[in-house]
Amino acid sequence: MKRTLMLTIALVLIAGTSALAAPSADEIVTLANQASYYAGEDGRAHVKMTITAADGGERSREFVILRKDLPHDDQKFYVYFEAPADVYKMAFLVWKNVAREDDRWLWLPALNLKKRIAPGDKRTSFVGSDFYYEDVSGRSLDEDRHELIEETATRYVIRNTPKNPSSVEFSHYIVQIDKTTYLPVKAEYFDQSGSVYRVVEALEVGTVQGYPTVIKAAARDLLAGSTTINHFTQIEYDLGLQERIFTERFLRRAPREVTR
Amino acid sequence: MQFPGAITGGVLALLLFFPVPSAQAFSAGADISVHGFIDGRYGIRLQEDRYQRSTSLGEARVQLGLRRDGELVSWQLRTDLVHDEVAQQTDQDFEAGTGPVDLREANLLFFPLPSVDVKLGRQILTWGTGDLLFINDLFPKDWRSFFIGRDVEYLKAPSDALFISFFPAFANIDVAWTPRFDADRYIRGERISYWNPLLGRRAGEDAISDPQLRDRWGHDDELAVRVSKNIASYESAFYTYKGFWKSPVGFNPATLRATFPRLSVYGASLRGGLAGGIATFEAGYYDSRDDRDGTDPAVPNSEWRLLAGYEQQVGHNLSVSVQYYLEAMGDYGGYVNGLPPGSPARNRNRHVLTTRLTRLALSQTLTLSLFVYYSPSDGDGYLRPNINYKLTDAWLLTSGGNLFIGEDDHTFFGQFERNNNLYAGVRYSF
Repeated sequence: MKRTLMLTIALVLIAGTSALAAPSADEIVTLANQASYYAGEDGRAHVKMTITAADGGERSREFVILRKDLPHDDQKFYVYFEAPADVYKMAFLVWKNVAREDDRWLWLPALNLKKRIAPGDKRTSFVGSDFYYEDVSGRSLDEDRHELIEETATRYVIRNTPKNPSSVEFSHYIVQIDKTTYLPVKAEYFDQSGSVYRVVEALEVGTVQGYPTVIKAAARDLLAGSTTINHFTQIEYDLGLQERIFTERFLRRAPREVTR
Repeated sequence: MQFPGAITGGVLALLLFFPVPSAQAFSAGADISVHGFIDGRYGIRLQEDRYQRSTSLGEARVQLGLRRDGELVSWQLRTDLVHDEVAQQTDQDFEAGTGPVDLREANLLFFPLPSVDVKLGRQILTWGTGDLLFINDLFPKDWRSFFIGRDVEYLKAPSDALFISFFPAFANIDVAWTPRFDADRYIRGERISYWNPLLGRRAGEDAISDPQLRDRWGHDDELAVRVSKNIASYESAFYTYKGFWKSPVGFNPATLRATFPRLSVYGASLRGGLAGGIATFEAGYYDSRDDRDGTDPAVPNSEWRLLAGYEQQVGHNLSVSVQYYLEAMGDYGGYVNGLPPGSPARNRNRHVLTTRLTRLALSQTLTLSLFVYYSPSDGDGYLRPNINYKLTDAWLLTSGGNLFIGEDDHTFFGQFERNNNLYAGVRYSF
């Protein structure tokens, strides 16, 4: 609730000052980051992911995702797979640490094994889709320099340039952020030659328990010709998730928050 | 998903023998999930072995998993129905895993107290930090499946155990009690040739070892305990085990049969992030209780086992891991003095290095992996290349090999040199 209050105050302050001056790029991306990844104190959603390859071949994944916010913008995620059948009941646990590498584990039920995953390149595919790990858990704002390059009636347009260009595959990316909800609605990634090769987009936005929420999102790989659509259902915020859910005990025994 | 009637019937028959504690737990029949796969595999030996068939693997299996998650009680049943062309031993044996039914899991999970979880029945148990190396994980392994090219999930053989987890504030405590010893599904000549010290040569189906079993309920029991705690994101654990060597490494000169000598293990492990990767450390002291002074040649000596590992993702979709593993025998002098004349002596220290390379490609539908064991002290090694390709979400194609090399015929991996094989398989998951 404290975070929501702060967000509201920030929004009011920004609205109040906007007659005089537009908010800075850093203020906009901070609010956008809060709106995208920190709505409520915790959250739950059912995700249906459909991956369509260039040749039209379709694959799909279904999972339940739990999130709990912690102090200092750290978060814990629990991802519980329901489909396809070969990953049924697998679980993926992430302790997102803003100040250092994330901690990640994979639960393999057939082996009864909690496997620790080496922190790696976050700009690799999440479960074989066109979304990257970083799209799912958020990219640290400190990684890029942010410039407000355009302001339309409804959107801020921010150009993000990596501080460490060798750590990523893009030269820069441009994000359009909705002025009222502060949700990013479109991100275009540019390669070294300056052409767009990857687009992540919000296709449908709704309001859940007062929080503006992306209901449907797409990631398109323009080089490979593949597209992934994420459809979020059964979205809930502020469930009062306990932190103990995000531990080995509840990898061994999936919590009812994901099985019910 | 539609099933052939016969299979469904078989599963229902199995369910009838499955204990269900209350009608309530069983009431919401619609909540029962059914999943599994159909898996066919074929493998061949790469060289002649006069004691083995040239086909190393030829089987079809259907795995069916039924599960219900309840508020108070959950249960699951996971079993394989197997048609195995290669197995000589086809009698149904749930302990040895032979015959048409390989019961993987059949257990109840319940929560008697808010900080206690109990799992009772047949289950797969795993702990420890090694990657295909085990120090404090003394739960049964199926080395035969591992060496002939079954999916790696079959390396873990089931335990028939009571597993209780306590979650007090200061640590997690897991206790696994196996009332009747569950040995490894060890190499004994069946399908895999091995070094037979009595014969002084490699042997296979001609000399299947027939050890004295530890099979008295409640008497030949095993107890394994782990106390674990996360300190920030470092995972620390202490372990203890009281039971028996998991394969018949002892020998009874009176009966001329192999035995499972008594064993206790005390160990610890630590795992956490280091320099952009994951570092692991594990150690264990193997207290060979039937030969504490190390002089009995028929019983292994006590030894230290150590493991240090490091894994890192290097570049896009490529991960590399390395491990160093040591078995350091105590009372080496006693061991050497006790050896029968002419027997090859092992080194005091057995060093093993492993490396794993995993490369994902084609939107993670293609996995190329190579796992290598190499022992500089034994001069032997074992390579496990594998390719997995997910044709669709349901169909998986797999192929790989098990390749052993060694300077001597009696060393750990070198003894298996005539079992080199290649395999290919297809799996449909539902």
